[in-house]
Amino acid sequence: MEPLLSILIGVLVAGAVYLMLARSLMRFLFGLILLSNAANLAIFVSGRMTAGAPPLVPDGMDVPPEVVANALPQALVLTAIVIGFGLFAFALILAVRAFRSLGTLNTDDMRVAEPKEKG
Amino acid sequence: MKSIILIAGSRLLVALMTVFAVYMLLRGHNQPGGGFIGGLLAAVGFVIYAIACGTEGARQALRFRPTDIAAVGLGFALFAGVMAAFFSDDFFTGQWLFINATPQDKGIPLSSVLVFDVGVFLVVFGSVLSIVFALEEEV
Amino acid sequence: MSGAIVQFLDDRANYVASSSSSHGWVTPAGIIPVIIAGALFVWLVQALPVIADGSSLRYVWPWVPTLGVNVSFLIDGLSLMFGLLITGIGALVMLYSAKYLAGHPQQARFSLLLTSFMLAMLGLVMADNLLSLFVFWELTTITSYLLIGFNHDSAKSRRSALQALLVTGVGGLALLAAIILIGTVAGTFELSEIRAMPGVLTQSTLYLPILILVLLAAFTKSAQMPFHFWLPNAMAAPTPVSAYLHSATMVKAGIYLMARTHSSLSGTDVWLWTLTIAGAATMVFASVIALRQTDLKQALAYTTLMALGALTLLLANDSGYAITAAVTFLMVHSFYKASLFLVVGILDHQTGTRETTKLFGLGRTMPVTATAAVLAGLSMAGIPPFLGFIAKELSYAGSLEVASSAMFVAGAFLVASALMFAIGGIVGFRPFFSKAGPRMEGIKEAKWPMLVGPLLLAFLGAGFGIFPGLLEVYLVDPTVAAILGEPGLAKPLHLWAGFNLPLALSVATFVIGYAIYAFATPLRALLVRLGDRSPSFDNGWDTLLAGVLAGAKWQTRVIQTGQLRFYIMVTFITTLVALAGTMVFRQAVTLPVAWSPVGLTDWLVFGLVLVGTGLTIVTQSRITAIAGLGVVGIGIALIFVLYSAPDVAITQLLVETLIVVLFAAAALRLPRLGAEPLNERWLDAVVAIGLGVSVSLILLMSTAGPIDRSLTDFFEASSYPDAFGQNIVNVILVDFRALDTFGEIAVVLVAAIGIFALLRSKPEKDEA
Repeated sequence: MEPLLSILIGVLVAGAVYLMLARSLMRFLFGLILLSNAANLAIFVSGRMTAGAPPLVPDGMDVPPEVVANALPQALVLTAIVIGFGLFAFALILAVRAFRSLGTLNTDDMRVAEPKEKG
Repeated sequence: MKSIILIAGSRLLVALMTVFAVYMLLRGHNQPGGGFIGGLLAAVGFVIYAIACGTEGARQALRFRPTDIAAVGLGFALFAGVMAAFFSDDFFTGQWLFINATPQDKGIPLSSVLVFDVGVFLVVFGSVLSIVFALEEEV
Repeated sequence: MSGAIVQFLDDRANYVASSSSSHGWVTPAGIIPVIIAGALFVWLVQALPVIADGSSLRYVWPWVPTLGVNVSFLIDGLSLMFGLLITGIGALVMLYSAKYLAGHPQQARFSLLLTSFMLAMLGLVMADNLLSLFVFWELTTITSYLLIGFNHDSAKSRRSALQALLVTGVGGLALLAAIILIGTVAGTFELSEIRAMPGVLTQSTLYLPILILVLLAAFTKSAQMPFHFWLPNAMAAPTPVSAYLHSATMVKAGIYLMARTHSSLSGTDVWLWTLTIAGAATMVFASVIALRQTDLKQALAYTTLMALGALTLLLANDSGYAITAAVTFLMVHSFYKASLFLVVGILDHQTGTRETTKLFGLGRTMPVTATAAVLAGLSMAGIPPFLGFIAKELSYAGSLEVASSAMFVAGAFLVASALMFAIGGIVGFRPFFSKAGPRMEGIKEAKWPMLVGPLLLAFLGAGFGIFPGLLEVYLVDPTVAAILGEPGLAKPLHLWAGFNLPLALSVATFVIGYAIYAFATPLRALLVRLGDRSPSFDNGWDTLLAGVLAGAKWQTRVIQTGQLRFYIMVTFITTLVALAGTMVFRQAVTLPVAWSPVGLTDWLVFGLVLVGTGLTIVTQSRITAIAGLGVVGIGIALIFVLYSAPDVAITQLLVETLIVVLFAAAALRLPRLGAEPLNERWLDAVVAIGLGVSVSLILLMSTAGPIDRSLTDFFEASSYPDAFGQNIVNVILVDFRALDTFGEIAVVLVAAIGIFALLRSKPEKDEA
């Protein structure tokens, strides 16, 4: 499964980059979500994949059975998902706020901080 | 959009989901669950309630401001870390108290780790709700 | 007299303070610094016998042991001498300031800054670890900046402060670079260890860069040509600061650095000639300019430059005479210069002016001040039996046996010493006893806290001149030994060394010096005329700053296009070049890769995510795009379910739900997507595909290799026995890596607060 997922992550990254380079800030946000999904998945795949053996210690035992899934990337991904949500929400609100102030989400027209040089 | 069925259903749902969220939180140390999942679950419950009854109603049902809840949660988490200092351990070393412990059974475990997870729960819950409410109320 | 106007740097920064009899100068802000400085001084005095025996004291605390950074202090002859000067003069200056600034609304701030400076300076001269030396070095720069700009409502003060900060700050950066190079070459940051390896730096291929950087730091800090211009401007500080920082202590930090590294860096032609030329140029230039000044404080500032030049010049050599002369001169200069500065401060405080053209006949009304001024002035003029005379004799003796050009060096010393003689007279004698102008009437003597410092320091210059043996045994010999790295090279301090060439040069000094003193006024007029025609370094500084600002603006225009897409494109292309370039360059890709079996469910999930991604990219509808993202999210959650990550899967599902809710709410407030001009997007597509392929390849390669599971093994083995938790993922989150999690939830909270603030702020109408 790792090779197939590696390719899938590549597709996600490509889609994310393409969307983030678009003129519309909305598409940029879509790209951001795809990119964070791709990153989470990449961490998960790097820890290798094990089917049907969650990293739990069974009752009455001190250590998990011989083969269980790698717990470390799971812990990393779990917090990354929540942080990613915070980042996305912030970016989204920024876009809402920008639209309210500027009346556009076309990034070529959004240049309050650095106005186009005159002449 | 006011739907009687949705409003009635959401009241039941928010109660059920909150209880379930707390259950997920408490069992999290031994089975899938924990503060992150519990906090998200509880937040989703209240989000549904807010969609059905409006954010005003949800805020009333919540009683406290979501950002306050989150801040208190961060305080809990910090306190859990500082607790280790009272037992002269390193910062964030887990402290355990087993009530009614016998050699065979560990009894009822109380721990700073649980306090920490409760803190995570509250932060996630409060933050998510504050974000959603803020956006819903934005004019 | 109910109120007197007390003036600091210029007329713009006046404040009215009552000078009536005993205005409460015994305040905590005034007295605590004196006690601190005094206690440190006493503590250091105790170390004198130990150091005089030839041993040294070392204190070490590990700070960042993995990087070799220690907080380590070394007390040897050199640092003890500096430490005594810093704390001793510090205590006197602080006592003086307590009265000088009594009643000033910001006296507490002043005391805090001055005390911080003292401690930083003390740390600087005692640090044995180069990195902690650097930290203290920068602390002295910063406190000096704040003290020069103490009268921050004056534009001139602010400019002077910034100038000092920037010039010495550049030196600080150079010092850091030098320290890193030294650490690389020597393998340690401990000065005592580096000094124990003779030749380790001079024979290194990096010797020249190290030397240039160290000298850049020393020259900027000690105001050597061509970095001298900040020091006279630094006189914008209150006079006690000028006396303490910009004469007796801080500006000598550069001298200290050169002395401290002398045994490791000197002995080469580059060292010899750079120091000789810079020192001689500074010395002669400064003493000529000093004569031009009518403001006593400015005149003293330029003679400080002259002294720093002389010290640099003496440190160029490694003969015993030159180094003994440097050490003696450094001490005597600190005594008389601090004393004279404080005298000028008293004059300023009591009369309201520092102009030589106005101050006359104060000898009778201010007898104590006059005594201090005359004694210090005589020491500065180098008249026997003062310590200044001994220092001058030693300097001549040292300059006559230098390895560079004895004629040149001795000639420079002759010019400078003669001018010093004249200025010693102008500052120490003229305001009190000259009859060249009308007497100032109605002036009162200062109060005793302001008189103790100048008087004591002036007497020290006389006392040590008559009994130089004490100074020789306890301070000069150990210091010279510390600078040269071996004991027994110091030369004796004598008032009478017989009829020799230095004595003849001294006599010549007196004659020329007296001539200059007598004709000071016409000479000054001539110099002012000359000076007006020559380019000024200070103006050059302004041009330089303007140039830097213009360069920064140009650079901003080129790089900051203001287009989000441009920034993102640059980021992605850089990433792509770094990733793909590394793979090609290192030939990291080995195809074909091993293909593990894939089941039907895997293919289904794969297809689901592909469809979701494609939908999001091509659609023009917001709702379809959100739905597409939802499909992707659920597909990924399924992967987590299938491959044993229940916690992650639940989290992913819940977050996906929330993202959809947020997007749905936001979509009402956001415009439609609109079409993108597809024919302009081929470059975007190329970059996107390139990055996608690179990431895929990296993952294919890395997952094909072995994996280090040691960390996971540890978590698995200790999750239940040590942390009493069966869910290993949760145990990692809330126990093993709780601090990380704490940081992460803090970030979530900050994001929530940020969003709250963003939405609550009122939109500005003129933005649209």
